Amino acid sequence: MSTPGTDTTPQRKPTATPRTSLRLRDHLKKIAPFITLLFLIVFFSVASPASFLTWNNLTNILTQISVTGIIATGLTFVILCAEIDLSVGSVANAVGIVLAFFTAQDASVNIANVPLPGWVAIVLALTSAVIFGLVTAFGVTRIGIPSFIMTLAMLQIGAGVCAMLVRGQIAYNVPDVIKVLGTKALGPIPWIVIVAALVLAAGHFVLTYTRFGRYVYMVGGNREAAEYSGVNVRAVVASVMIIGAVCSGFAGMLGVAHLGSAQQDEFVDYLLDSIAAVVVGGTSLFGGQGGIPNTIIGLFVLGVLNNGLDHVKIDSFLKVLIRGLILLTALIINIYAQRIRSRSLEE
Amino acid sequence: MQARAKGMSATGPVLELSGISKHFGGVNALADVDFVLDGGQVHGLVGENGAGKSTLMKIIAGVHTDFEGTMRLDGVEVRFRSAHDARAAGIGMVYQELSVVRDLSVAENVFLGRQPTGTLGLIAWRHMMREAGDHLRGLGIDVDPQARMGALPVGLQQLVELSRVLFSGARVIILDEPTSALSPPEIDRLFGLLRKLRDDGRTIVFISHFLDDVLRVSDTVTIFRNGRKVATGAAANIEKRWIIERMIGAGNDALEAGYTQDIRLEGRDDTQIVLEVDQLSFGRAYRGVSLNVRAGEVLGLYGFMGCGQLELVRTLFGGLKPDHGTIRLEGNPVRMSNTAAARRAGIAFVPESRRSMLFLLEPMYKNVSISILERLSRFLLKPSREREIAAEQGRRLRIVPASVERRVGTFSGGNQQKIALAKWLNFLPKVLILSEPTRGMDVGAKADVVRIVQGLRDEGVAILVASTEPETVLAMADRVLVMKKGEIVHEFADEVISKDRLLAAA
Repeated sequence: MSTPGTDTTPQRKPTATPRTSLRLRDHLKKIAPFITLLFLIVFFSVASPASFLTWNNLTNILTQISVTGIIATGLTFVILCAEIDLSVGSVANAVGIVLAFFTAQDASVNIANVPLPGWVAIVLALTSAVIFGLVTAFGVTRIGIPSFIMTLAMLQIGAGVCAMLVRGQIAYNVPDVIKVLGTKALGPIPWIVIVAALVLAAGHFVLTYTRFGRYVYMVGGNREAAEYSGVNVRAVVASVMIIGAVCSGFAGMLGVAHLGSAQQDEFVDYLLDSIAAVVVGGTSLFGGQGGIPNTIIGLFVLGVLNNGLDHVKIDSFLKVLIRGLILLTALIINIYAQRIRSRSLEE
Repeated sequence: MQARAKGMSATGPVLELSGISKHFGGVNALADVDFVLDGGQVHGLVGENGAGKSTLMKIIAGVHTDFEGTMRLDGVEVRFRSAHDARAAGIGMVYQELSVVRDLSVAENVFLGRQPTGTLGLIAWRHMMREAGDHLRGLGIDVDPQARMGALPVGLQQLVELSRVLFSGARVIILDEPTSALSPPEIDRLFGLLRKLRDDGRTIVFISHFLDDVLRVSDTVTIFRNGRKVATGAAANIEKRWIIERMIGAGNDALEAGYTQDIRLEGRDDTQIVLEVDQLSFGRAYRGVSLNVRAGEVLGLYGFMGCGQLELVRTLFGGLKPDHGTIRLEGNPVRMSNTAAARRAGIAFVPESRRSMLFLLEPMYKNVSISILERLSRFLLKPSREREIAAEQGRRLRIVPASVERRVGTFSGGNQQKIALAKWLNFLPKVLILSEPTRGMDVGAKADVVRIVQGLRDEGVAILVASTEPETVLAMADRVLVMKKGEIVHEFADEVISKDRLLAAA
């Protein structure tokens, strides 16, 4: 009896045809990201079979989406709660720079950094990520600033922290552990891919199998109902904002190692990419629907697209426009799907 | 029958409606109603919720356009296609939920939608302020046209909205429940204005549950019951008792005999007081409310829409923070900073709107388990246990269809209500607060809910039922408090009560 909607008992009107087509469209929407992904893979495989469809390139794609994947994990929590975090790229950048700031740098790097043992630097960097999250959480849940605006302010504050710490310079060193995770591989698979997969898996586990995860979905699904069911809505919202910041910070640490340098404005593209990954995958912008599997599909769609465009002869300036158009398309589908869902409940 | 006891300047019929019928789905909201509105009168309109008075007024105001029957304005047959048409014809309505824009100035509210413009299409501010000021003074409303609307007391906001309707040229003004949020001096001021408007030849329809107010200001009173007009009389010649009898159909209709039936309230004083509220106040919503509920007792809280009970029950569930007063649970003062704290303290709450208590896109079992997840698991969910519990509650409350996987949005209204109730029944709460537990339900589902509530009472739960429907309160309560304009005004305990007595007290 687990097929919602197939029975006819409490329906007032025998409107079988429109209901069926509604359900069909609902399903179509669910598999739309898959279809997009398959289409892209087939398209690029045909367009440049020699370079796109290789083991090496698969590793490339996976590596390219790893940092985004870690950020997108936190962002999935945030968006499922019907909030948004625009500061992810900026927080990633700032935390990466904090990590470098507390690591010994070459004499040529002229910043007033404070060299500390590697693990201390890592703890301090993660602490800074938590602080970013706490400030955001406080602004959103206690003061009542919409997360859209609050995180816009945090975006600027993150950029400010970056600027203050590196003062226009570039730092290159990070603690060894992070360096290994960011640049080395375990056999054929880069460590950063493994870490991203673990973070995504952990996110999925929390969202699907824990009480907190259920609260995230319920608060996103209907905040008022969660409140009147005795769920501490503020605590849940605060938690997802902190999770978002910590994921971003962790991604920033690995990203700095992976990119080989810590400098201002290094993570600008990650904001758009991580939001796009979550939304393209089909997680509802209104909260409550979606999850990490959706985000993974979204990551692959973006990864394949970004990577594939490098393999075909295309104006590199056009790539920027294409990314924007893809995101717009995903947003349209996302909003449209939400409308179908709510309509299917009204009859 | 048309009396002109007070309306000196009555000028004959302005609006004549005949044979008006209106259906919503299969429900007859109005059946063959004839209604005449004389000019220069205040016409009171009374009846229970769902009696048809609001529907009729919405037809007159052009909100409902799909109805049977004819409407004549000044003797000419009209048929409004929209509220805009009705306004253009000089009919304006002031709703109970004011439609003022709180962040604009008083003058902008008066001119809302038709701000005067000067050259270049810019708004002529000085002109607007002056005009609005003159207009308000002309009506005897003393308010600064530059003041921000939201900063004014509700009573003044209402007068400004009324002045806007007048300013737009309305000759027939319909006021829906205008006194429910007003203090006595504010009511005096409103009534003074209404009499002045009447004497100027305007026609006023006054819809209200407050019969004393209706009798005080009206020239004529019309009573509705079950979509029919049952009586019209001159206010000077009738009294409250007579109106109540007609509102609830005393002796006329065998079907409605039950309404006047005497119900013996048997309060209990042998059990522990579980919930005790002392001198609780919250803003304008309610003041100095004290009450207590014993274990194994259903306390009914009856009052009209807007009497403050919605805010009161939310406060008791930690959703609003009271300005003053204390809440005690089993003798110990509790401070609830949020609803989770209230739940942990053993308080359960089912709000009046299904939309604000259910997750329509989620399966039934997740809706049932949401309030008990903390009891089921420390960290990891136990979905099979959740399904088991949901299935068990489904059987107990007769929720159909019996599928725990089904999305809640696809259940019928009555079953949704039961699901909302079910989430609190796995582990019995100490206090169960129900707001409008049977609103919009069919008879069978209502009986089920009454049965469930009585079962819980017999298990020792302290239950508070807040409702604007007398039947709901009478069907469930062992003791009844009447709330009026934010205060508890009457208690019925250990006595014989009936619907008319309840209405008379409110």
